[in-house]
Amino acid sequence: MIVAQQKPLEEIRRLIAPYEKILILGCGTCVTVCGAGGEREVSFLHGALRVAQVKGGDGVHAFLEYTVKRQCDREFLDPLGDRVSEVDAILSLGCGVGVQVVAERFPDVPALPGVNTSFMGATEQGGVWDERCAACGDCRLAETAGICPITRCTKGILNGPCAGTKNGKCEANKDIDCAWVLIYKRLESLGQLDKIRRYYPPRNFRTIPRPRRLAGITSIDLGGSNG
Amino acid sequence: MANSLFEEKLYSDKFLVTSEVGPPKGMDVADMVHHIDLLKDKVDAINITDHQSSVMRFPSLGGCLLVKERGGEPIFQVTCRDRNRLAIQADLLLACSRGIQNVLCLTGDSIDVGDHKEAKPVFDLDSVQLLRTIKTMESGKDLGGSDFKGSPKFCVGASVHPEADFIEPQLIKFEKKVAAGAQFFQTQGIFGLESLRRFMQYASQFEVKILAGIIVLSSARMAQYMNDNVPGIIVPQPIIDELSSAGKGKGLQKGMEIAARLVRTIKEENLCHGVHIMAVGNEGIVPDILEMAQIVGAAP
Ligand code: SF4
Ligand code: SF4
Repeated sequence: MIVAQQKPLEEIRRLIAPYEKILILGCGTCVTVCGAGGEREVSFLHGALRVAQVKGGDGVHAFLEYTVKRQCDREFLDPLGDRVSEVDAILSLGCGVGVQVVAERFPDVPALPGVNTSFMGATEQGGVWDERCAACGDCRLAETAGICPITRCTKGILNGPCAGTKNGKCEANKDIDCAWVLIYKRLESLGQLDKIRRYYPPRNFRTIPRPRRLAGITSIDLGGSNG
Repeated sequence: MANSLFEEKLYSDKFLVTSEVGPPKGMDVADMVHHIDLLKDKVDAINITDHQSSVMRFPSLGGCLLVKERGGEPIFQVTCRDRNRLAIQADLLLACSRGIQNVLCLTGDSIDVGDHKEAKPVFDLDSVQLLRTIKTMESGKDLGGSDFKGSPKFCVGASVHPEADFIEPQLIKFEKKVAAGAQFFQTQGIFGLESLRRFMQYASQFEVKILAGIIVLSSARMAQYMNDNVPGIIVPQPIIDELSSAGKGKGLQKGMEIAARLVRTIKEENLCHGVHIMAVGNEGIVPDILEMAQIVGAAP
């Protein structure tokens, strides 16, 4: 899922300062799971903003709150029509995709991001998420024992560990496992060390023309491209 | 014909000695030139580091040009951290056009260990891919498949870490580097001869020259700092103890003795093909270490 983190309250207050009436818009999917922008967070943020403006003596804003099932799908935004026509700005707690779809769907109202979209990751334990995929467009997990070298090695290198790994940890951070140590060990236990012995050519960054578009989810290209 | 003076020596039976000079932060190259002058006739080649430890400095290629100007033999250290494949190929063309033909191919330290932590880490290539890039360039083509008008020739090296605490994947990578055309290896700093012996037993099956990396420590504190902060380095406790046993202000002298002892034994026992002395910030003492190790200057 997409993992995001709510922006600091002060930053959010700066973003909304020019507008009077604001719709705080939550999203019921990824950001609900990671506790950054679901119905609960919308209501907490609403409360926090009210308290802040009372304390600050600058009670200029009026707030509405609403949470849709998914902000990244236009059809889920349709029920919002009337509410949006009442406000001066939308403070979206959806991920960066959600904010943009909201902006496209309601071109006359400014859409403001209330969260920092961080990465695609998995839940490690309650309240802790770890990055796992960078959407590189050419998944090589079959060669790397199901451990992503692009996201989990800080250098994203493909031909084995750098010389900086120590105690199984990454040279960039002693608290993070070296991805290539993990890959080696798992390949070894799977009896697939030949996969790390193979040469992998430079990555094809062209699988990322920006912005990417995926058309026709049924197309299966058996050519494959990763080394 | 050899591509460089260093390559010629690489295939003679000479015990090779290389050292390194780190470029300055800023434009004042006086110290660097001084160190180049001190070293150029005493060693077979001088590495110029490429933003070592991800700390921004005067460029490696600029340092190599200075080595050339002063009549020395440079080894151009190229990391993949800061340049994409276009920029790396372009720098290699410039290097070769100026007679800088020894290249040490490195992945490069993580941005996070340096002084520009918010910079974009490039790593468009890794060290193995960089070695192969050079082979492609030598064949007259760039990585995009276009033909060169005038193709470069290099003598290529890489690094290996015989004292890594988890050696197996490092050896696999070493073999990939050999297959990618590495002709020589300058190892990461080693401190124990046992690990070097073990490594050479394994590495001698390959047609490559191995220069043992020797780091000159200047105090027990520096050794501890390296253990805590420098990627991959593991200074063993007995060496740290030996350094602490030196009196106040005598740490560097002790570090030089330790380095000279290693160099001398490696040469006497013919453990590998040469040494690469890294005096991190104390480049000026390398000639003294060579003297202490009873190594005569690099005969041309
Ligand atoms: S290789 Fe890594 S970044 Fe690429 S798609 Fe697979 S998991 Fe994602
Ligand atoms: S220590 Fe491991 S994870 Fe970190 S950069 Fe090196 S290979 Fe990648």
